[in-house]
Amino acid sequence: MARLPRLSLDRTWPFFLDLLVFAFVLSVFYGVIAISRYWLGAATPVTQISLSPWSLPRYAFYSLVRIGLAYILSLFFAVGYGYIAAHNKALRPLMVAVLDVLQSIPVLSFLPGVMLAMVSLIPGQQLGIELGSIILIFTGQVWNMAFSFYSSLRSIPRELHEAADIGGFSKWQRFIQLELPFGAIGLIWNSIVSVAGGWFFLMACEMFVLGKRDFRLPGLGSYLQTAAGNGDTSSMLWGLAAMIGVILLIDQVVWRPAIAWSEKFRFEQVESTIAPASPILHILRNSRAIRSFNEKTIHPIAEKIDLYFARKQRVEARPLSTAPKAVLLLVALAALAGAGYGLFQVALLLRGIHRGEVNNVLIGAGATFLRVNVSLLIAAAWTIPAGVAIGFHPRLARIAQPFTQIAASVPATALFPVLLLAIVNLGGGLGVGSILLMLLGTQWYILFNVIAGATAIPSEFKEVADLFHFSRADRWRIVILPGIFPYLVTGLVTASGGAWNASIVAEYFHFRDRVMSTTGLGAQISAATDAGHFNELLLATMVMASLVVCTNRLVWRPLYRLAETRYRLG
Amino acid sequence: MSESLPEVIIEGRKLEKFYGNPGDSVIQVIAPTDISVYAGEILAVLGPSGSGKSTLLRMLTGLSKPSAGEVLWHGMPAAQKRPNVSIVFQNFALFPWLSVLENVEAPLKAKGVGEIARRKRSLKILETVGLDGFEAAYPKELSGGMKQRVGFARALVVEPEVLFMDEPFSALDVLTAENLRGELLELWKDKSIPTRAVYIVTHNIEEAVLLADRILVLGKNPGHIRTDFRVELPQPRDRKSPEFLQKVDYIYKVLTQPESVLAVMPDSSVAQPVSANKRAKFPMLPHARPGGITGLLEILSDRGGRDDIYHVADDLAFEIDDLLPIVEAASMLGFVRVSEGDVEVTPEGRAYVEADIAEQKEMFAKSAMENVLLIRQITRALQSKSNHTLRDEFFHDTLDEHFSEEETIQQLETAVNWGRYAGLFDYDAGTRKLYIPEPEEAEPVKE
Repeated sequence: MARLPRLSLDRTWPFFLDLLVFAFVLSVFYGVIAISRYWLGAATPVTQISLSPWSLPRYAFYSLVRIGLAYILSLFFAVGYGYIAAHNKALRPLMVAVLDVLQSIPVLSFLPGVMLAMVSLIPGQQLGIELGSIILIFTGQVWNMAFSFYSSLRSIPRELHEAADIGGFSKWQRFIQLELPFGAIGLIWNSIVSVAGGWFFLMACEMFVLGKRDFRLPGLGSYLQTAAGNGDTSSMLWGLAAMIGVILLIDQVVWRPAIAWSEKFRFEQVESTIAPASPILHILRNSRAIRSFNEKTIHPIAEKIDLYFARKQRVEARPLSTAPKAVLLLVALAALAGAGYGLFQVALLLRGIHRGEVNNVLIGAGATFLRVNVSLLIAAAWTIPAGVAIGFHPRLARIAQPFTQIAASVPATALFPVLLLAIVNLGGGLGVGSILLMLLGTQWYILFNVIAGATAIPSEFKEVADLFHFSRADRWRIVILPGIFPYLVTGLVTASGGAWNASIVAEYFHFRDRVMSTTGLGAQISAATDAGHFNELLLATMVMASLVVCTNRLVWRPLYRLAETRYRLG
Repeated sequence: MSESLPEVIIEGRKLEKFYGNPGDSVIQVIAPTDISVYAGEILAVLGPSGSGKSTLLRMLTGLSKPSAGEVLWHGMPAAQKRPNVSIVFQNFALFPWLSVLENVEAPLKAKGVGEIARRKRSLKILETVGLDGFEAAYPKELSGGMKQRVGFARALVVEPEVLFMDEPFSALDVLTAENLRGELLELWKDKSIPTRAVYIVTHNIEEAVLLADRILVLGKNPGHIRTDFRVELPQPRDRKSPEFLQKVDYIYKVLTQPESVLAVMPDSSVAQPVSANKRAKFPMLPHARPGGITGLLEILSDRGGRDDIYHVADDLAFEIDDLLPIVEAASMLGFVRVSEGDVEVTPEGRAYVEADIAEQKEMFAKSAMENVLLIRQITRALQSKSNHTLRDEFFHDTLDEHFSEEETIQQLETAVNWGRYAGLFDYDAGTRKLYIPEPEEAEPVKE
């Protein structure tokens, strides 16, 4: 008897799921209309930001759309860039090097160029300004995704490629059935990191001064910045709550289902025991509406595309005529000419810089360098013991994991205003305060990696340490530190890059209608952007990019190699 | 077999594979080789690792371009038209994100076969290989044997004229492999599949003799055909029959004998000697560990100092790929002598087995310095430096001229293994330097 109600519930359940899906589709539809009405309206570079909590949903929506569009743009760009870099042997070294450099350039340095270009391309409409902001967010998200996809493609096992070769796969089929699935997991994890970065720099990307022009777009970032500027603590807390809410929501609605779904792309021969689960994914998978949409619309279209490419490939005569090569050569020449012209212009710009300014930039670079490393040291000092403790004690891990995850997903910039208030109240300056701000953004990378490393240390090692009564120092020196070393290096690399990038928001801050700043490269970049001093901006950016690239090459890469050779387990 | 000349489906003419530019130092992987696949035969290609058996398969199937020579498909250059072949891979090479059915359908999709026809053909071939009911499963849910069935189904669904197999059973356990082999033979015998020839690469001698109508044995440095002979035993074959054992023994002899002497098939004259090609200038270190060499010597001494390699391998359940390098290494060091498929411990080898560990190391060092060029070169080079230290790149550069990149790394790894055991030199992976360790003074043991 007890079975009957469950059976009927089973039958009605998909109906509710369908309702949910329909509701979702309707709201998306409304959202599209709302956003397009706003975008196609006349350009209002400076929106009056309302601090009423009731405007928060609208602002959150605008910010979400910006980040979402920037992310979609990043995804396509990353896949395209990675694909070309992996397939074109001639371009590969160049493309990878370009990624390396672009990754080390902070978001703000892209700002003037992107903004001015967009506003002049689409004059008179809000669209231009919005696109500028979206592209700015894009520049903060895309590089690690592109790199991830590229390296996934390069690590596809040879046998799988051969299976595709011998089966006569078209390029399209190879991409859909082999390359994209193989890169999916890496892409998703990097997407999460990237979007988190997008929230981090949201304030900088929504509200900024460019020379004499003031840009202020309606959004969560502007709301928070305005609240901070007015010193309005309650609005700040409202804004903070809204942002955390949106981030948690996205985590549940987008990333969890994506991670659970991507499990099927895991390249392993045996099924893993614990698979991530997501209720939302369950809803999507069990909705009849979605299933029939998939069967009746998506599947036939995919089938047509597949067969089109398959037949096209069969008909095509042997390619590799001389024409593509000539085109390639022309493109390469054009690129070279462009690069040469660019260099010339850069030289012209840099010629106008005074000796004093160069000195300033160098002093600033030194200050920021110190700050970045001090913040890394502080982060390592508390995250290593904490991470090891969490990793060694499963019970502690169960309690701590959700908290740390939430804490990490809160963008540090959102907390800046609160912290700044505290720092100012305590009488501290931004010189030391900015270290704290960098710390907020970057310590999590180290913590999570250390936890992962500590969990990966085989329990036999711990038993050996117990058996021979290792002293506490020996335990750390012989078992724990070497065990977590590769993970620690990964965490430190990410944190160091993040700290450099964070310096531009941490060292320079609009607060109660005045600017708080301290000596540092990040502050110089921000100030140069504000004032529209392009030559200083360029110089400071070049110094920062080369510092980051050099640290990567000289410090992190050798450590990485050491980690991979000597400290690899198994 | 009829007496008329059998039809040639695929023919490789003077196929060659080398790395580097012709003229200056090239690394020859495969010497110019003629090879034909005839209609109606199962051809097994056997050889030790490094003999290029996989490379040869990849050139014949069009996966890899020969450095010289050409592949003909029914007498036409294969470069112009894609031959209708498929491959069963050693590690299955299934797409883990596609279901069994989607995996099998993939090559048909690539041919532009429409959905309905595709499904029908795939389901039929899945039934043929005994996978009906598994269409919706994902590869990771299947056992190794089932995965390889999917591999077979995917290869057969396009109805290839020649089915190529690259060690298809070596990733499976013994029983599963035996079972699948039997089923393959059945499909072949009953003509349930339209395949006209099977080309199987293996390092398992018994497998070759069980399946093949014709066997090619490859030699290495560079890869070339050492012998090409027919196996005219009726199917199903009995592993214990004297004829079967004779073939197995013959292959062991060919594989263990130096190239200059070619074993003659005892029963008949079917074996055609294939001229041995020029050897590489630089002797290759067999990838064996000193512990393995000592172990082999101990086993042989227990058996009276002499035994058939085939017996040793069989008793230890070793494949030739595992055992041959050890035999070769022991022979290089002068501890054993190989003749006619037998291994015999030399007086030096006997002394080595009877010595204690410290003496063994000394004897190993002495013998390695006398007989092994690479060990001698490394030791001399280190001795000639005042700090007795050199970066590994130095030796990489020297070895690069003779070996592929992968092989260079393996050569150096083996050399370090031997050098360490012999106490001749050591390697620090952190600094990537080879060095001669300081002679240890009798230092008081620290607490």
